[in-house]
Amino acid sequence: MKFTLSWLTRHLDTKAGVEEIGATLTRLGLEVEGIDNRAKGLEPFVVGFVIKAEPHPNADRLRVCLVDTGKDQVQVVCGAPNARTGMKGVFAATGTVIPRTGAELKAGAIRGQASNGMLCSAYEMGLSDDHEGIIDLPADAPVGQPFAKVMGLDDPVIDVAVTPNRADCLGIRGIARDLAAAGLGTLKPLDVTPAPGRFKSSVQWKIAPGAESGCPQVVGRTIRGLKNGPSPRWLQDWLTAIGLRPISALVDVTNFTTHDISRPLHVFDADKLAGDLTMRWAKDGESLAALNGKTYALDASMVVIADDRRVHGIGGVMGGEHSGVTAATASVFIESALFSPGMVAATGRRLNLLSDARYRFERGLDPTSPFWGVEVATRLILEMCGGEASELTVAGSEPSWRRAVSYRPTRSRTLGGIDIPVAEQEGILRRLGFETKGGGEAIQVSPPGWRGDIEGEADIVEEVVRVHGLDKVLPVSMPGAGAMAQPAVTPAQRRPMLAKRTLAVRGLIEAVTFSFMPSALVDLFGGTPGELKLVNPIAADLDAMRPSIVANLLAAAKRNLDRGLGDPALFEVGPQYRDATPTGQTLAATAIRVGRALPRHWQGPARDVDAFDAKADALAVLEALGAPVENLQVSADAPGWYHPGQSGALRLGPNVLAWFGAVHPKVLATLDLKGPAVAVEVFVERVPLPRSKGTGRPKLDLSPFQPVERDFAFVVDTGVSAEALVRAARSADKTLIADARIFDRYVGDKVGPGKASLALSVTLQPKEATLTDEAIEQVSARIVAAVQKATGATLRT
Amino acid sequence: MLDQLEATRGELMKLVDAAADLPALEAVRVAALGKKGRVTQLMQGLKDIAPEARRDAGQALNRLKDEIEAALAKRKDGLGEAALDARLKTETLDLTLPTRPGGLGRIHPISQTIEELVQIFGAMGFSVAEGPDIDDDFHNFTALNFGPDHPARQMHDTFYLPPRPDGMPVVLRTHTSTVQIRTMMKAKPPFRIIVPGRTFRSDSDATHSPMFHQVEGLVIDETTHMGHLKGCLIDFCRAFFQLDDLPVRFRPSYFPFTEPSVEVDIGCSRKGGELKLGAGGDWLEILGCGMVHPNVLKNCGVDPTRYQGFAFGMGIDRIAMLKYGIPDLRPFFDADLRWLRHYGFVPLDPPSLAGGLSR
Repeated sequence: MKFTLSWLTRHLDTKAGVEEIGATLTRLGLEVEGIDNRAKGLEPFVVGFVIKAEPHPNADRLRVCLVDTGKDQVQVVCGAPNARTGMKGVFAATGTVIPRTGAELKAGAIRGQASNGMLCSAYEMGLSDDHEGIIDLPADAPVGQPFAKVMGLDDPVIDVAVTPNRADCLGIRGIARDLAAAGLGTLKPLDVTPAPGRFKSSVQWKIAPGAESGCPQVVGRTIRGLKNGPSPRWLQDWLTAIGLRPISALVDVTNFTTHDISRPLHVFDADKLAGDLTMRWAKDGESLAALNGKTYALDASMVVIADDRRVHGIGGVMGGEHSGVTAATASVFIESALFSPGMVAATGRRLNLLSDARYRFERGLDPTSPFWGVEVATRLILEMCGGEASELTVAGSEPSWRRAVSYRPTRSRTLGGIDIPVAEQEGILRRLGFETKGGGEAIQVSPPGWRGDIEGEADIVEEVVRVHGLDKVLPVSMPGAGAMAQPAVTPAQRRPMLAKRTLAVRGLIEAVTFSFMPSALVDLFGGTPGELKLVNPIAADLDAMRPSIVANLLAAAKRNLDRGLGDPALFEVGPQYRDATPTGQTLAATAIRVGRALPRHWQGPARDVDAFDAKADALAVLEALGAPVENLQVSADAPGWYHPGQSGALRLGPNVLAWFGAVHPKVLATLDLKGPAVAVEVFVERVPLPRSKGTGRPKLDLSPFQPVERDFAFVVDTGVSAEALVRAARSADKTLIADARIFDRYVGDKVGPGKASLALSVTLQPKEATLTDEAIEQVSARIVAAVQKATGATLRT
Repeated sequence: MLDQLEATRGELMKLVDAAADLPALEAVRVAALGKKGRVTQLMQGLKDIAPEARRDAGQALNRLKDEIEAALAKRKDGLGEAALDARLKTETLDLTLPTRPGGLGRIHPISQTIEELVQIFGAMGFSVAEGPDIDDDFHNFTALNFGPDHPARQMHDTFYLPPRPDGMPVVLRTHTSTVQIRTMMKAKPPFRIIVPGRTFRSDSDATHSPMFHQVEGLVIDETTHMGHLKGCLIDFCRAFFQLDDLPVRFRPSYFPFTEPSVEVDIGCSRKGGELKLGAGGDWLEILGCGMVHPNVLKNCGVDPTRYQGFAFGMGIDRIAMLKYGIPDLRPFFDADLRWLRHYGFVPLDPPSLAGGLSR
């Protein structure tokens, strides 16, 4: 919302400067986005009179001008085609810095003719991009006076951000009222004296039955015998300053009331209307050629303004071209209406049509404004265009809006955090236009019509505190529950961070990627239900919620490889999505490694990543999260984006804690990613939390006796898993066998086809006495027997 | 006998000194003290000596044996040292060669910043609450007092998923304020929570990303007022940015779910085009907050005539950018290894208030 300082003083009697006004506006909640002091840098430029302009003796396109600067007469060589004798232009003396270029003007000669200054174009002044000739000032511009002041540029433009609740501040008068309430001057009265009606309006307002919900009330009148010309200079200057183009007095008046008092109006050329105007719901199939030159298809959710023959406007949004005013307009009919904010917002949205009127109607107008709005407009039109006004024509009725809020002045302290005397609170409210009644614990506060946002006590606290000064509220540190802070996270909430730091310690780098992925790829990652496809994606490749983070990490790896960054090892601990319910989101700690696990190195050969790198990552995370990693089983049922023979699940019985393995070659091919690549997905929330609440650990039982290690080599069918063999060995003596692990695997000629030799190391830990050779032999025999029985293995000799 | 001993001593000592390496020294030992060694033979000869002389001879022989053993041991040490020296000379490595590959990864700035937030607000008695990224119109808008025509509900801001069978629109949450609603509907006051998490808006340019992170704060009890709101957020800003004298400004503003509503700016300077936090005459907006709107409390079944408090929301990515001087938002989600290595954090340096938030 833009306005100039002088426009503000139309409503506010103040001595405050623009800086103080700006600071106060921000303190009030009308955040200043900028103060444009347009005269800045233009101080040296004055009005100059071209006494004579003659052709340059040595150049066809140049003129030699003698300029009266108000102080003296100066010769200037000028290249502008419009430089001519008797004109008034903008003169810059030598030594002036030209705003557009930042260069200083120097005295000199151009093709042998002295040139001691410059006649400037709007382009050089930095005022526009128009460099077609020099500025041509009006004949009455006073020679020698500062150009900026003469052109009204010394009036700073203030731009404030108006929050959606402050519809009243979409008019400059509302802003002035807030400043006055804050003590920065007094609000001047607005003259809304009704203009006497000289005749009955030839056009009458009607509201079709049933349309009152879209347009509760409309007021208007005819003004006849007028002449539409340019609006006065002051109005043109103000409109130009806030970025509007002056068009004609009648159009400028409606733009003026929109910004001055937040009262959008429409004026129809009364001679182009056929009969009375009616507010009614549009009929499907109707359309309107609007004032912006575009044609809009209308439907029954929109209120239109129509006469007997055609539609003339879209209620609250824009008028029509057919009945728009022109230079020839001699008689107008004014529309000052109330429209339902919801209807206007929906209409504007559906038509994708923004206008200053829509912006105000959808935020809510003062319900009393149709009457005073039409009077303000009438006064201005009569002033600028002459003519005579008819009686008013009114349809509909003012919606009920008067209400009282019961307000306890103690709430400024108990909610606002600051004690403000009741009299001062009431003073603030009255200056804002509220009425206050009663006394005692609660007073009755009635908001004015322009404050539709005020609902209850909290709103009154806001008004009182912001006008009194939010900066006066003393900060109070949060009172603690005790000297010691309690944990902010639960044991379950600690786990994502544990997983992140574990993976990072293992050399992986944490990424955060989008929750989206391309729906074209979701089927590679188990697919996703239709309810997880975005209705309005921002890009075609961000149109589905990801069912697995692996896809995004592989895509990230590819981006890095494409940039020449090799062997990416990335992880992300974040959400993935099964369905759209509140419980359809899973927390996964996902990691990928692509390329080499070990790069080329002088101590040994490079090595590609393989499924065991992923398994190690999985086990490290699971161990950090407190999973019983010794008891986990591996099953070969990882999902389809893994290599079917080089992947697995880590599970506790039916509870799958993780998937890991090599990425399926088809996935790599689709993503155009050069492998090898491995991935791991740990489902953080499925790891069982410790059951006991206490901090104690189980008792540690250390045996004083030496452990004994024995090695075995078994030949098994290659289909027998190492895990089955180890499990069988462990089962041979659960108290004595402390550990059993595979340390070598051999496939080849020495064991024959279809066979593998697995070397097993078993640690025996006696607890009662040192093991005798005989006891060791006995348990060894039991191990061999158990393994043979479970796996069909034979002891390798 | 004694003369013979002296001669033997002399010869053996010479042999010990002459032994050039450990095997030669071993041969000397065998020749002297072995089963057939010269000292051993002399010992065996003792039985032939007259009893009156035997005692003296025996003592002398024992002395000789001790001396030889000592000389052997000394020589052995010397030879061992020389041999070790010789071996070590052959074992020299070029230690400027690179180590075996491997090293630490990095933690993303967002994770680190969230932990910092948890540390600071944890010390102020807040605990962490969570909620789903995919939520519905009720939790994201209606319960938060957004009117049916509020512009934020429109398609250009909110990502939509297909509606539920009952017609309820499904959205990607546009703010973490949804968890205010979920928390208040699930439990009884008082509340003091923060909610860090992913948020989504259909917006993408240099300063906007369709996915970003927010932290929501909510305090509800019977006495919390705007003084606490100011105190809490001033304390937070100064602790987080590690600037004890950081100016913090509160401006009235508007949000549907708070009344009064406030925006918070921190002091900065922009001299020479460089943004620097601290007292510098300029301001930078960092968060929105306010006293929870009575309608929101009512919508969650909390009695607004008894309970009140404040809520705030701020962009985690944004405050991380400001604190750590990260210029652009979009690379946060691009997973460029160079960016992650440069702006990431070493894994074993989690932030804490006692140990320091960041170095």
